[in-house]
Amino acid sequence: MNLKISALEFVQQVQDGNISAEDFVAKTIEQIQSVDEKLHAFLSVNENAVEQARLIDKKIKSGDKVGACFGMPISIKDNMCIKNDKTTCASKMLENFIAPYDATVITKLKQQDAIFIGKTNMDEFAMGLSTEFSAFGPSRNPWNPEYVPGGSSGGSAVSVSAFECVTSLGSDTGGSVRNPASFCSVVGYKPTYGLISRYGLISYANSIEQIGPITRTVKDVAFMLNIIAGIDPNDNTTIDNKGEDYLSGIDSGIEGKKIGIITDMMTDGVDPAVLSATKDAISKLEGLGATCEEVSIDMVKYSVAAYYTITATEAGSNLARYDNLRYGYDFSVEGYEFNSYISKAREKFGPEVTRRMIIGGFVPSAGHAGKYFLKALKVKSKLTKELDEAFKKFDLLVAPTVPVLPFKIGEKINDPVSLFLIDINTVTANLTGKPAISIPYSISNGLPIGIQLFANSNQDKLLLQAAYALEQTVKLPEVPL
Amino acid sequence: MTKIGLEIHCQLTHLKSKLFCSCKANYREFEINENVCPVCMGLPGSLPRLNQEAVKKATIIAMALNCSTPEKIAFFRKNYFYPDLTKNFQITQLNIYGDTSVGGKGSVIVDGKKIRITRIQLEEDPGRLIYEGSSSKNQITLVDYNRAGTPLVEIVTEPDFENPKQVREFLNILSDLLENLAVSDPGLDGAMRADANVSIEGGNKVEVKNIGSFHDLEKAVHFEITRQNSLHSRDISIIQETRHWDDKRKITVSSRSKEEDLDYRYFLEGDIPWITIDSSILEKLKSEMPESINSKKERYISKYNIPEQVADVLSSDKFYSDLFEESHSDSNAKEIANIITTDLMGLIDTREKRESSKISATHLRDLADAITSGKISRNSSKNALYEIVKTGNNISQIISDLDLGNVSDESELTGIIQEIITSEPQAVEQAKSNPQTINYLVGKVMQKTKGKADPKLTLDLLKKLIE
Repeated sequence: MNLKISALEFVQQVQDGNISAEDFVAKTIEQIQSVDEKLHAFLSVNENAVEQARLIDKKIKSGDKVGACFGMPISIKDNMCIKNDKTTCASKMLENFIAPYDATVITKLKQQDAIFIGKTNMDEFAMGLSTEFSAFGPSRNPWNPEYVPGGSSGGSAVSVSAFECVTSLGSDTGGSVRNPASFCSVVGYKPTYGLISRYGLISYANSIEQIGPITRTVKDVAFMLNIIAGIDPNDNTTIDNKGEDYLSGIDSGIEGKKIGIITDMMTDGVDPAVLSATKDAISKLEGLGATCEEVSIDMVKYSVAAYYTITATEAGSNLARYDNLRYGYDFSVEGYEFNSYISKAREKFGPEVTRRMIIGGFVPSAGHAGKYFLKALKVKSKLTKELDEAFKKFDLLVAPTVPVLPFKIGEKINDPVSLFLIDINTVTANLTGKPAISIPYSISNGLPIGIQLFANSNQDKLLLQAAYALEQTVKLPEVPL
Repeated sequence: MTKIGLEIHCQLTHLKSKLFCSCKANYREFEINENVCPVCMGLPGSLPRLNQEAVKKATIIAMALNCSTPEKIAFFRKNYFYPDLTKNFQITQLNIYGDTSVGGKGSVIVDGKKIRITRIQLEEDPGRLIYEGSSSKNQITLVDYNRAGTPLVEIVTEPDFENPKQVREFLNILSDLLENLAVSDPGLDGAMRADANVSIEGGNKVEVKNIGSFHDLEKAVHFEITRQNSLHSRDISIIQETRHWDDKRKITVSSRSKEEDLDYRYFLEGDIPWITIDSSILEKLKSEMPESINSKKERYISKYNIPEQVADVLSSDKFYSDLFEESHSDSNAKEIANIITTDLMGLIDTREKRESSKISATHLRDLADAITSGKISRNSSKNALYEIVKTGNNISQIISDLDLGNVSDESELTGIIQEIITSEPQAVEQAKSNPQTINYLVGKVMQKTKGKADPKLTLDLLKKLIE
């Protein structure tokens, strides 16, 4: 049984009767048992997965209507609610929280007969880019377990990279899908804001974050979007994509497309290996018939500061509900009044979450909002204007996904600011609501490098076409598991 | 000069569902913590789903209070920790970043004085706190979240009131208006709550919070003015503070909490996109708005010649004006207005009586017909009305069951009148010289017939027989 297949291949093989969902899921569980002790991609594994796959096989055999996933094992970042399953956000605060409802993406995938193989590790409440801030221990990079897998959807990227599932859903607030995808040499997609419902995704910075697929191929992203994208009455911020088929015409190529190279994301601070990979990718894009030209997006230099100011503000508010009164962990109220109780209860938050909530209490407060929060909003709006301008001239933009190579576990954990700065190439897509994708491009000294493409809002289909075209030029070694 | 400003919280009780989820807006019929869902419980991952009807109702209130309404409205988060909040922030509106609440800059004329409306905002009601235990040390707080997320409209006035009487008059006008707009039932327990800002000449502003009804609001304002005047007369300075209304003792009590120091860190609620309320939507809402109380009153006076006082009373109460609208025709309007305002209102003067009353528009129409056609006297009609309210039977049945029919048999009536003429010679003489006084004799006939004599026939016969 070959686990190293894409979602589309899986669907084809089950449909053709070459493999059964049950066998594939059982084999996937074996794979998890064999590698996950080392890699720690999962926080929990679905014990009923094989049974569920068997039921889908039955439906297939009896000729019943079967959903588009045909029992495909999908891993889900542990900040999305699956009814009756633990949803922890990798936090001690939610260690025992069992979601009483399904996120919209989960409902949609269930309808298409997907199997949720397990919930994946992440930085606590999605705050981080190395998965080291998980309250349950870090995940490790399959390419080299000494190294971080990126984050915050690190577990999701690891699970796809190490064949512990076929595809995964992560969430991307400032690069949390693209960054680990880049570090683990898989595809990571951040859609246009509002394309995928966030209902059931536990909010960190709700005004800019999106759920995004992490997959082996660009086509698999399109496959997933076909299932999970579109308007949702439970999320007022969703947009109507009119039932777009992202797979159709994905091989249209990029002949004649104009691509802007974001110079502000390719400065001297970028690792030389990353820089040369990006330059190589640009020449490939030109080889495919696109014209590439440099473009400066001035506000990028303030984007990380703006990003952390806005996300801290929203996080401070979004995480305020965790007062341990209605759900949470076992901790008696006896002997406390309200304020002292919640202060004590909230000590369970880890260091990074605490840090950001403290910032989030300060930057929008009376007397400081003008200097910090409102200024950050100004940067956000100027950055959006700049990108809108750029997209008048260009169809797509290109930059490295992450300016550095994966680093060692523990290497930067005591230097939060240097960690923050690694987000410089990814936060722009979130602050502006534009779609962006990271595709695996090369391996340098055994460590993966991803290339990032951006498109204008609602140009997700075009973005996938370009990413697919570039992907076809790439041949990478297999992950050394 | 005394200055009073109000912040009135009014639940949109006529809506089906809560502001951000499909739980019932009418939470009162539920067992504790039964009217909840992931959204109003603020569970991880849940998102608010805006009730568009609530936006419409709030906009209608804004229009009725002569407010301007911005083309785009937005929601904000008011961040603070409190056990009645499930998210530890409240989704509300404000105008610090431009006018984005449903309405503002309105006014109402109260006793000839213009009371300015600062702002009208739509927001979610928090849960309900229930305190148990006597001393503050042993007190425990229980929370019922059934109410959490109920649509609430906050009406903020400028400090334009000068005395509790104006406050009361404003509250009367506002109650009637909200009821007439079919947005809220002010009589429901907890549907109307208020805070008041009170200051007297030379004193600081005191905020009185937690006033649970309109009735108590007037009392609280009155108490606070008296308290401040008493301090002032003894040269004790009035400190700026927040006080709570103690509805058991009917006094205001200083709150030791540091509420006034709270920084709510307001920012835009990203989960609810801006809502456009353009002129076409406003026009549509306007066309669907019920006729205003003033317009009704004018119409009653000019079209049906109903006396101003009667028209005033009739138009300001939605229950009775609806009954009137349904039952009246051009010819019987005055009669029906009369029946409602002089008799019916006294008969069913409480909420319970109204709800158990069996009266319908048909009853009123038939009763008015019976009076004008002389089938029943006005006097007997009161008894009939009482029966209608109680039993819901139709008029003809009630007339026959209770023998309320008029004595309209000419010979029978002539006999009675002749008796009266014989026993009242002085009055007969007087009536001859001064026809106005004939009413005395009519009264005597009525007395004799227990009010059942046909009044018109009686008068005609009396005139004829005296001459």
